[in-house]
Amino acid sequence: METFFFILFAVVAIFSGLMVILKKNPIASVMFLILALFATAALYVMLMAPFMAAIQIIVYAGAIMVLFLFVVMLLNLSKIQEGGVSALKIIGALVAGGIMVAIAVVVRSIAIPADSGFLRELPAEYGTVESIGRSMFITYLLPFEIASFLLLAAIIGAVVLAKKKLE
Amino acid sequence: MIALEPYLDLIISVVYVVGIVLFLSLFALFATWLERKVAGHIQDRLGPMETGGWHGWLQPIADAIKLLIKEDIIPAAADKKLFKLAPYLVFIGSLAGFAVLPFAANLIGSDLNIGVYYVIAVTSLVVIGILMAGWASNNKWSMYGAMRSAAQMISYEIPVALSLLIPVMMAGTMSMVEIVDNQAGGFWNWYVFRTMPFSLIAFVIYFWASLAEVNRAPFDLPEAESELVAGYFTEYSGIRWAMFFLAEYGDMFVVSAIAATVFLGGWYAPFPFLDIIPGPIWFIGKTAFLVFVQMWLRWTLPRLRVDQLMYVCWKIFLPFSFANLLLVGLWVVLKG
Amino acid sequence: MNYDYNLSAIAVPLILAAGSVLVLLTDVLLGKKAKDSAYQTTLTILALAGVFCFTRWGTGGSAFFGQVYTDGFTSFFNLAFLTVGFLVVLNSPNYLIRNGIDHGEYYMLILLALLGMTFMASAGDLLIFFLGLETMSICLYVLAGFHKSRAKSNESSLKYLLLGAFFTGFLLYGMALVYGQVGSTNLAEISNYLAEAANPLGGYMGIGLALLLIGLTFKMAVVPFHFWSPDVYDGAPTPVTAFMSTAPKAAAFAAALRIFYHPGIELGIPWENVLWVLAVLTMTVGNFAALAQTSVKRMLAYSSITHAGYLLVGFLASNELGASGMLFYLFMYGFMNVGAFTIAYLVNRRGKGNYNLSDFAQLGTKSPMLAALMSIFMLSLTGIPPLAGFFGKLYIFSAAVQEGYVWLVVIAVLNSAISVFYYLRVMVMMYMREGEDLADLEKAPTVAITAVICGLAILIFGLFPSPLLDLARASIIALL
Repeated sequence: METFFFILFAVVAIFSGLMVILKKNPIASVMFLILALFATAALYVMLMAPFMAAIQIIVYAGAIMVLFLFVVMLLNLSKIQEGGVSALKIIGALVAGGIMVAIAVVVRSIAIPADSGFLRELPAEYGTVESIGRSMFITYLLPFEIASFLLLAAIIGAVVLAKKKLE
Repeated sequence: MIALEPYLDLIISVVYVVGIVLFLSLFALFATWLERKVAGHIQDRLGPMETGGWHGWLQPIADAIKLLIKEDIIPAAADKKLFKLAPYLVFIGSLAGFAVLPFAANLIGSDLNIGVYYVIAVTSLVVIGILMAGWASNNKWSMYGAMRSAAQMISYEIPVALSLLIPVMMAGTMSMVEIVDNQAGGFWNWYVFRTMPFSLIAFVIYFWASLAEVNRAPFDLPEAESELVAGYFTEYSGIRWAMFFLAEYGDMFVVSAIAATVFLGGWYAPFPFLDIIPGPIWFIGKTAFLVFVQMWLRWTLPRLRVDQLMYVCWKIFLPFSFANLLLVGLWVVLKG
Repeated sequence: MNYDYNLSAIAVPLILAAGSVLVLLTDVLLGKKAKDSAYQTTLTILALAGVFCFTRWGTGGSAFFGQVYTDGFTSFFNLAFLTVGFLVVLNSPNYLIRNGIDHGEYYMLILLALLGMTFMASAGDLLIFFLGLETMSICLYVLAGFHKSRAKSNESSLKYLLLGAFFTGFLLYGMALVYGQVGSTNLAEISNYLAEAANPLGGYMGIGLALLLIGLTFKMAVVPFHFWSPDVYDGAPTPVTAFMSTAPKAAAFAAALRIFYHPGIELGIPWENVLWVLAVLTMTVGNFAALAQTSVKRMLAYSSITHAGYLLVGFLASNELGASGMLFYLFMYGFMNVGAFTIAYLVNRRGKGNYNLSDFAQLGTKSPMLAALMSIFMLSLTGIPPLAGFFGKLYIFSAAVQEGYVWLVVIAVLNSAISVFYYLRVMVMMYMREGEDLADLEKAPTVAITAVICGLAILIFGLFPSPLLDLARASIIALL
């Protein structure tokens, strides 16, 4: 059952990821990106991290993607005009495909050592709101606070760059 | 004989979902009738009186049949796939919220340990559906409506989430069932009356902001008839239009039900001795009362302007919510 | 439970953080009446942070659950960042006012960028390192595009942002793989794992660390990840270019030292060979590209690629001398580059505004002091004794020879010889060429003061390098 759902969501995620770049209509691309994010959120649920899944949906699908849609709609982008197939594009596709195959081969060939974190047993409270809250506000308090300044810098930066006239 | 055991969960889920869809449809039918009645009486009229005899009780059924047999129009210039998909997306967003509504201690789709958060997450799906509808219609009014709606819903999501955090903090859990259980034993234990006045403020902010979340008056700018015809569903007709309608009433129910759950004690009676009346009745009763208040507000308050809408959200609700959160946080910490 | 929140361990970033908010507030509240209130506040804050950094010199140990190191290494780099920041801020108003972009946000972003850098140097946890890097990068993206009305500035910002985001992907992927393998992002935990694991670099560990290094080399502008740097440096406002070409580079090297010199963390032989090739490529490509430039700003941009190559030589040597040489070099490089860019900016005002080399004509007679200072910077960048740049190179190269990288050093020295050509071309232009109708130099006291400070520092530390070098050595010993 779990494998079935994993394959289902993984296929959906990959398919919609491909569609994001293959679709010529930008709105359709954004829609597929949303679908991809949903499929990823479903995978998070299967990884015992429902809170992360909810955050993924609220933040990405709910807020950021809506902003994407806004921008795409306001710019009123029409379908992208493509110049047909050129030699450069074929070479690019071959190189990218080759790299992908190479990565797949490498990833398949690597044996994960038994003592690595990948194979460790998860603690019982893993992925709950409490455990995330505790590690975020106790152990990782400092990174959390730095992140707030990171966001402050981003906000100020966006205002500086986007505003027509700074006063 | 096929062994049913492994599929039991699945079967129960399907039955529950079908039940919820039926409930939602019935509720929507009833609510449309009620809305007209409320509107009529507030405006010193009677509302529909003819169909079905007693106070026009068959009117919603007649409307539903009319909608079902109406011609389904898709504008020639519309983006057909998205146009068709949008109403279902909006409806699913609204329906998904029902999964964690605790009608009673054991009558709940799934008692997620992130229940409150889940609701906030799935309702954000509605925004995407609405934007889709507005864009796919290829119509100025639809687009304006969708834009307004998206801006409004994203903005008001913040005060909604912040005020929902207050009962969550007091209960120390996000599970809907546990939050309700913490409010057992009479109305003075309901979260709306504990930590006065903070939780009351949170309740008021939640209720007002949730009106904006579901695009109801006085925040119904996205579908303001006088300026935008009907906003994002201007171009829709027949069954697809009915889906939007269903979703809107579904949303009204969901936000009211959440208010009833986290602030008004869920399925518990206001007095312990009244607990002999079954929980679902209390729950639906409280929710229905809040739905009635929504209608009441709609027919008594004028619509806000866009700038006023944003002003209310960012300069009134948001600072109050933050201050509230801080104070309740202090209260919880000091109380231990 | 021991919470381990030792605030004095992060005193410098705390001052910078509070200061950034303060600058924003003073700009809003007093900016109308006193135009330069943000400027003065920033300088005060930087000086204050410098004093704190100096009086509370790190003595070792860590805070925040081992996420922040409070050793001499941290303090050394904090001092370097603050110095560069101070110098850059000091000469900024001239440029900003002249171009009508004197907004308080500029200073605030510089402070926040410095905040990010301090965390990069002190990070004991990959998370802290990453957040520091991103804080720094976001500020730099905006600063590069601060001159909004110039298309070049926008181009610079956009290019930096797009490529930066791309390489952040490498970095994060590497960190994710390392985390997956170890189960922690803490450097100490990672080195514990490496010490105990049967096959330390097996699984995804080797790839993870390598990806991390690639992400860092982007910030250092190492060939082949250097394509962004000439355009970005060229398009950004000149004070920002001076800032970008020094402090972030130092921060990237600081982070690389912090992570890869951490006891127990090693890259392994194959990647060292890759680094060897990268170092050679970086020095050579940067040099030959710099030869062909007619714009002084672009020439300096390419030369800063070359210098990243020299620093990689020191990084490869991975012994005490090489590392302390790097620290010394990075500190001095700040003075050299900031000084060179400020003079280039001042001189540029004589010409058409495209930093043409010919703008330097006759500077020797028109303004002997500026010409002398520029000569100091050029000679020091070349590595002529007894200037500070010479000692930096000397320590790095001799450390590499000690470790057996003879050929690498030969190539590095050859490259230094090539670089003489384009550095001296500026001097030739100043002293030996006739200029066509060039406008007079304007008086810009803050810019001149900056250049004088830089020149003096290079002279002093060139003549008496041992105090700073001892400091660098003490800092490195804390690290190793």
